[in-house]
Amino acid sequence: MTDITLVDRIICAAAQVWKDDGEVLATGIGIVPRLAASLCMRSINTDLMMTDSEAWIVQEPVPIGPRGGYQIKRESHMGFARIFDNVWGGKRHAMVGPTQIDRFGQGNISMVGGDYAKPKSMMLGVRGFPGNSINHANSFFVPNHSPKVFVAGEVDMVASVGYNPARLAKGWSLDEVADIRFIFTNLCVLDFGGPDHQARLVSLHPGVTVEQVQEATGFPLHIPAQVPTTADPTPGQLALLAELDPHNLRASVLGA
Amino acid sequence: MANKLMSATQAVAHIQDGMTVGIGGWGPRRKPMALVRELLRSPAKDLTVVAYGGADVGMLCAAGKVKKLIFAFVTLDFIPLEPYFRQARQSGALEVMEIDEGHFLLGLKAAAMRVPFVPTRIGLGTDVLKHNAGLKLVDSPYDNKQWVAMPALPLDVALLHVDRADARGVCQVKGPDLYMDDLFARAAKTTLVSCDELVDSNHFAQGEEARYVPWERAETTGVVHLPYGAHPSSCAPLYGFDTKHFKEYTASAKEEGGWAKYFDRYVQCSQAEYLERVGGPEAIAKLPLPVF
Repeated sequence: MTDITLVDRIICAAAQVWKDDGEVLATGIGIVPRLAASLCMRSINTDLMMTDSEAWIVQEPVPIGPRGGYQIKRESHMGFARIFDNVWGGKRHAMVGPTQIDRFGQGNISMVGGDYAKPKSMMLGVRGFPGNSINHANSFFVPNHSPKVFVAGEVDMVASVGYNPARLAKGWSLDEVADIRFIFTNLCVLDFGGPDHQARLVSLHPGVTVEQVQEATGFPLHIPAQVPTTADPTPGQLALLAELDPHNLRASVLGA
Repeated sequence: MANKLMSATQAVAHIQDGMTVGIGGWGPRRKPMALVRELLRSPAKDLTVVAYGGADVGMLCAAGKVKKLIFAFVTLDFIPLEPYFRQARQSGALEVMEIDEGHFLLGLKAAAMRVPFVPTRIGLGTDVLKHNAGLKLVDSPYDNKQWVAMPALPLDVALLHVDRADARGVCQVKGPDLYMDDLFARAAKTTLVSCDELVDSNHFAQGEEARYVPWERAETTGVVHLPYGAHPSSCAPLYGFDTKHFKEYTASAKEEGGWAKYFDRYVQCSQAEYLERVGGPEAIAKLPLPVF
């Protein structure tokens, strides 16, 4: 038990999110999401599609980091314009890392601060978040579960759509504008399966308490009567992970 | 027969105060950086810049050229946060239209098709609508929903970099990703293209070469022969981006007077001097393509 690292546990749990998605483009932005998608494509849902993170769909996930002699196995072209064709058709499930998330599941990677005209901290911009969130399924990875990430009010710049009835345009329903599956953090797994899409605790990583999670979250979580422990990785999964991350880049993700 | 060859100075002279300038490429990839440096040296100001932004946007912000920025992101990818863009944004001095990456594509496409807007679901439920009064919702004539009317993004000038071109403006890109360069070319009244290699028109008659020509020459206004003109961004498959140079550029933003120093060394000089100062053409040719 003790030799299972937290990051491996998170990746193996997160790999399950694409299990029932069939043939969709699995996009994992960052080391943990990408390894989770890669692991899923290698072992759980082999119909997934992935890219080389540059311009090609590949037949098998590309190991992360320096490639040595590894040659990617191309399947089709996938330049940025074509990514949008895929996104707008909806056959994609991305796992991304917002800087802020609120009780509606709205995410932000654009800027932090109360004044949009003069951000306290300018980050990337909204990138593809508005389009991703309203077109296909999304899951999140948060390496540092805290009230700074899971904010009390709304996020400072709503870049991705959440389950917020106040923001619905005429003729739209919440389930048409958002499909947020799971959030994986260094403490737990969450989803939006509580009453009226309330954020819900799905599982706790070993040694983490419900109180600890609630304290680190800026809004009330729905806590089911029974909260299981996040599953252990299997030896098979760990062996695959070693192949997909030959330089062990994941070891430093959680700031260890 | 039209001869569109011109110098960088002649090309950039098309850009006047207050114009809307689109810049091709994506983040640290295939940016027309030599033309951008020419623009930095020019007197043009109060520009509206439209770009999938990288150091092109950062440098133009640092030089005070940008009145308004239309963007979805500004990043060097391996260095996520573009330092001079951040400084400009955090100073509160920059007027912005912050939109989704896909909005961008639709806006350029609308301009290219000469329609005022393209309907989309993108942006619904987000603060992109709140902060952009110009992005309106419209009722559909075909269903009972409201849709975002992404306005056309017409450009006065587009600056692009390609692998090779001929004097008539036939342009070729062999890198695996065109980004939205074809849309920038079509959305602009004046499209100015720098090329790594200037070729004879017969080049395109060989084998499959013509398949790598993404727009017709009628969309090209001017061609500037600028070998390694994308540096420090990449021009796959010819050369990768210069991580060492980008680190030096990024570090300059932390120094007092850092931009002035960078400008003196890398902007206030000829392209030939620039290439020598960043290590010489042979070193650039060996820069590895990025791997993620």
